[in-house]
Amino acid sequence: MTTPAFSTPGPPRRSRWRAWRSASLRFSLAYGTMFALSSILFMSFMWWGTIGFLERQVETAINADARGLAERWVMGGLPTLALTIEDRLEQNLDDDAIYLVIDPQGNYLTGNVSAWPSKVEHTDRWYNLPDTRAGLRGMAQLHGYNLPGTAQTHTEGQLDSGYRLLVGRDVRARGILRHLLTDSLLWAWVMVTLLAISGAVLVHRIFRRMVKTVARTTSAIAHGDLSRRMPLVGNGDEMDQVAEAINEMLDRIVRLMDGVRQVSNAIAHDLRTPIARARTQLEDAALHASTPDELRGAIDRAVGDLDNVTAVFEALLRIAQIEAGARRSAFMTFDLVPVLRDVADLYEAVAEEHGIVLALDLPARLFFYGDRSLVQQAVANMLDNAIKFSPPGGTVYLRAHLREVAPGRLAGPTGEGMLDLSVSDEGIGMSEADMARATERFFRAEKARHTPGSGLGLSMVRAIVQLHGGQMHLSSHAPGLTVSLALPVAASALTEAEEDLSSSAHISGMTQTSPLPHQHDTNSSVE
Amino acid sequence: MHILVVEDDPTVLSFVAKGLKEAGHLVEMTDNGKDGLFMAVSEKFDLIILDRMLPGGIDGVRLLETIRAQNNTTPVLLLSALADVDDRVQGLKAGGDDYVTKPFAFSELLARVEALGRRGRTESAPQTKLEVADLEIDLLSRTVRRGGQRIDLQPREFRLLEYLARHAGQVVTRTMLLEGVWDYHFDPQTNVIDVHVSRLRQKVDKPFGAPLIHTIRNAGYMLRAE
Repeated sequence: MTTPAFSTPGPPRRSRWRAWRSASLRFSLAYGTMFALSSILFMSFMWWGTIGFLERQVETAINADARGLAERWVMGGLPTLALTIEDRLEQNLDDDAIYLVIDPQGNYLTGNVSAWPSKVEHTDRWYNLPDTRAGLRGMAQLHGYNLPGTAQTHTEGQLDSGYRLLVGRDVRARGILRHLLTDSLLWAWVMVTLLAISGAVLVHRIFRRMVKTVARTTSAIAHGDLSRRMPLVGNGDEMDQVAEAINEMLDRIVRLMDGVRQVSNAIAHDLRTPIARARTQLEDAALHASTPDELRGAIDRAVGDLDNVTAVFEALLRIAQIEAGARRSAFMTFDLVPVLRDVADLYEAVAEEHGIVLALDLPARLFFYGDRSLVQQAVANMLDNAIKFSPPGGTVYLRAHLREVAPGRLAGPTGEGMLDLSVSDEGIGMSEADMARATERFFRAEKARHTPGSGLGLSMVRAIVQLHGGQMHLSSHAPGLTVSLALPVAASALTEAEEDLSSSAHISGMTQTSPLPHQHDTNSSVE
Repeated sequence: MHILVVEDDPTVLSFVAKGLKEAGHLVEMTDNGKDGLFMAVSEKFDLIILDRMLPGGIDGVRLLETIRAQNNTTPVLLLSALADVDDRVQGLKAGGDDYVTKPFAFSELLARVEALGRRGRTESAPQTKLEVADLEIDLLSRTVRRGGQRIDLQPREFRLLEYLARHAGQVVTRTMLLEGVWDYHFDPQTNVIDVHVSRLRQKVDKPFGAPLIHTIRNAGYMLRAE
């Protein structure tokens, strides 16, 4: 070690630390280590299993052999036993069997071993001894047995005849097999470990690339490049899902920021005008008013202008607040029909005064999950617009019903349903280009310039609809304009409505073919 | 009425106090929550006008909760720049009786002050009948008579007239009507309330010559005899 550890300059040390802190490195290392460890465990288990099996097999064979020979001994004494052993040796193709029978004095009687091995002293345990047969050295697994006393032997009535039997197997082949197995398992483990390491490296790379794309995109955005998006592979895997979720979030952020920018532009443009007017009036009055009445008049007009400013300001704040997705706390399930009738009731008087008929087309019940007062406001804004732009003698329609996805069915495959709510007028309508811009804050169509209003009504409707997860759509009503809202409806409301649907279809019997008969019953026009 | 105004903005405070004095009320004022709490618990007021954001460690809602915890039922009108629905709900839940957001028209504030002051006096006896000059409103059978002659009203018209009659002799603003009769808490763009009131006039005033429903310029409406 030439350089002392303490004098090492900072950066490399830190970078080493940074490498250790890398989640992907830790992850892949853990993966590799676990793979290697589990393969060691697995292979050891296999090794022990195989070797143990071989050993047990030899032991079982020797035991069975010895039992058979003992039976022969009991049946026919030494001659039968010798014959059997010779038979067995002849049939032993592998030439690995070892037999020996000795008399109580230790003299050789029969078998293919010349003398009883001196190490085999007990008859209740296994011995592994080297042996030399036919000039080859090998290992033998041996077991000694006491042969029981029989009628043929001279020691009558005795359990132990004193004769002993040695049975064994040459297990040289097993040793070779064990070596072979150990070698191949070791090699396999080396291979597996190499695979684990390369897998770990691969995982590390993939992980790092995944994190790097996210990090690069988000940091670009954090530095102000809001147009950046996560790249999509296009196969819809988890990476793509994450990317899509992030992109969706970014889109929403951009939309919100656009909204903020629009609001500030709008404030600069549309609020300055009335403020300037009020200021001019007050200044003019202060300088030129000669009578108290003139002064009061100017002040009243200025106050009116400022009230207007406040109203616009409040509407803007409210839209921004709704668009930011606050106020979800007031969501609850309620019947939409009385709410709509209420708003219609409020505006019906205004409509009548303008010589306009307000026609309602509503079902008997319509359960909806949302913010009641916001829905009221949205419908009020729509009716307000419709009445404002309708000529005398015209009709304004307020319609609401559940959308049928299939005959007699209101719920889609995933249990959700849609509610269609629309307000149509027979007024001047809007050009296609204006329709596209109608929901922009402060946007007012050329033809609508002379009517009172701030150009915030539809922006607010759209914000409210979006808060409820719905969509707003403008279309031509020839003549006039239709503002339609599509709002998602809770599944519980649908089942109830479907029950209504089926029961009313049942009651009305065969004459009624319409899938929504009650809709026509309640079709009323308020005059 | 004996009114306490707790408000930290000196312009608003003197404006409100001046207006209330002109309307014939006895006004006491303070510009911080600590003094406000002290005055509210040591003196008996008919009404407290309370700003929500106050210096002095005790904000309006805390002050309100404290006096309500002491069983002080003095009507409290919250006056605040916090105009969110959630803020209003929070203020009313803390024990406020009404909520006016800044900027406000003084006529609106005065109308609400007088409505609150009167409610405090007559809340004890449940009424079954309202009478203004020769107009009689039977709240049980929900019928209206004027000079002995029956007037047919739609349910909504009846509630509008009932609201005006309950506040007879007081200014009732359009916002108050929208909140009290329709339970709407937003500002419609058109003058819907004016239309409804004029329809009511057609039925209640027109056939009888002498008007009862009066328009108060820059403020709202008032139901009164003469």
